[in-house]
Amino acid sequence: MFELLGIPPQALFGQLLLGLINGSFYAILSLGLAIIFGLLNIINFTHGAQYMMGAFVAWMLLNYLGVPYWGALLIAPVVVGATGIVLERLLISRLYHLDHLYGLLLTFGLALVITGLFRNYYGISGLPYGIPAQLSGGQNLGFMFLPNYRGWVVIASLVVCISTWFIIEKTKLGAYLRAATENPTMVGAFGINVPRLITLTYGFGVGLAAFAGVLAAPIYSVNPNMGADLIIVVFAVVVIGGMGSILGSIVTGFGLGLIEGLTRVFYPEGSAVVIFVIMAIVLLVKPAGLFGRTA
Amino acid sequence: MTEAQLMERPQAAAGGTLLKVADLNGWYGESHVLHGMNFEVGAGEVVTLLGRNGAGKTTTLKAIMGILARRTGSVIHDGRETIKLPSRAIARMGIAYCPEERAIFSSLSVEENLMLPPQVKPGGFSNEQIFDLFPNLKERLSSQGTKLSGGEQQMLAIARILRTGAKLLLLDEPTEGLAPVIVQHIGQTIARLKQEGFTIVLVEQNFRFAASVADRHYVVDQGRVVDTIPNSELEANIDKLHAYLGV
Repeated sequence: MFELLGIPPQALFGQLLLGLINGSFYAILSLGLAIIFGLLNIINFTHGAQYMMGAFVAWMLLNYLGVPYWGALLIAPVVVGATGIVLERLLISRLYHLDHLYGLLLTFGLALVITGLFRNYYGISGLPYGIPAQLSGGQNLGFMFLPNYRGWVVIASLVVCISTWFIIEKTKLGAYLRAATENPTMVGAFGINVPRLITLTYGFGVGLAAFAGVLAAPIYSVNPNMGADLIIVVFAVVVIGGMGSILGSIVTGFGLGLIEGLTRVFYPEGSAVVIFVIMAIVLLVKPAGLFGRTA
Repeated sequence: MTEAQLMERPQAAAGGTLLKVADLNGWYGESHVLHGMNFEVGAGEVVTLLGRNGAGKTTTLKAIMGILARRTGSVIHDGRETIKLPSRAIARMGIAYCPEERAIFSSLSVEENLMLPPQVKPGGFSNEQIFDLFPNLKERLSSQGTKLSGGEQQMLAIARILRTGAKLLLLDEPTEGLAPVIVQHIGQTIARLKQEGFTIVLVEQNFRFAASVADRHYVVDQGRVVDTIPNSELEANIDKLHAYLGV
């Protein structure tokens, strides 16, 4: 077996796979944040809590209603997305005429409330959620062992990200969304219902977070704090990619996951901070982010 | 002439009144900009709002379109009061707006810009009719919207509202900053649209251009209509108009 810089290939590829898995979650979550920020001008701090809700709804569906993983993968994003729509209609929509800061405070407060509620009822020790039978086991690729479920997470995440990108960049609905992001007044003056577009966009972004939550449930334990841990890194990813850039958030999400994995191989002490170091450098060199457009 | 008399002037159009603006007041935040605009536009007419910078011409179009947040008074389109309606409902009644800044979307291609406004009434222009009117656009369909020249962007801004089936067009300074040959093209376009039965409210600074296309001119000053001049009497009133416009 060959060795690279004294690193056994199993360790290298293992960490790269782990990086790719983390990158999958970064990508889906930062994609949702980017879409929401683009149209609503709200930095959705509730995103981590909504990701956690996705995992919990999957757990509840299984344990209370007997709905298996595959059903949860469809139902949980719809259910959590619907709670997002209610949230947007009841609370967030009242803040559009105010400074960004108010939206940030509201969504941050909501995240604390939601997390607190789940912690109250389910504790913090975490609930188990099994890998679906169809995806148990793994493949021996020769240079490494690939657990089937992890391969599935990467593929599912790529499919969802690329589909979302396609909808936004290549369809009529996406054209409405892009136009309304640029100039909502004018889009309204063409007869398009912009407030409804905004509500549905928020619901969709929240649904993406919940989808990531369901994907995560069998990998990480279902835990009220799972979103809070992840969301800080995801915000760094969004800052690096550039606020509001769709493709940027996808590429940056996967890319930073890989970089984090590589760091864990070559300089393990730095793996927890590497993303924040990159964020600081990007902010110094290109404040709008790698894919961001300066206004 | 008092405003009441202005209101009573007989209209030139045969098709009846399509748009009736009465005692229209409008505000930007605390600043009171429109102080009781009164004018009418007959179906099939082209009328202009002439006046100095800051007279309230653009604000009047925004108020009609419903994108001015605070407005009072009455705007009746085709017999229906619109003053309380949101702009999307006003657009759905068949009123379309081409803003001064053109508002071409930079994240959309030319084709996406063109196809963006939904059809609100039957009888809008087909793509063939649009490309017949603006052949340049056809060659640039896949370009980014804002990569077009100023003249092409203006044509795109007009073209996209012709598809919608709206019969009342509000055009805000379509000739601003454009080369004479393009101004001429836009003049021909407006004449063609009038032939096709469109009703047009045109805001203009360039009254020579206005005179070449309009049936009637409303002179706007300090948020009011202060005079009405039929195009046929424009030459006779040229000194008065110069005084109004401060030329």
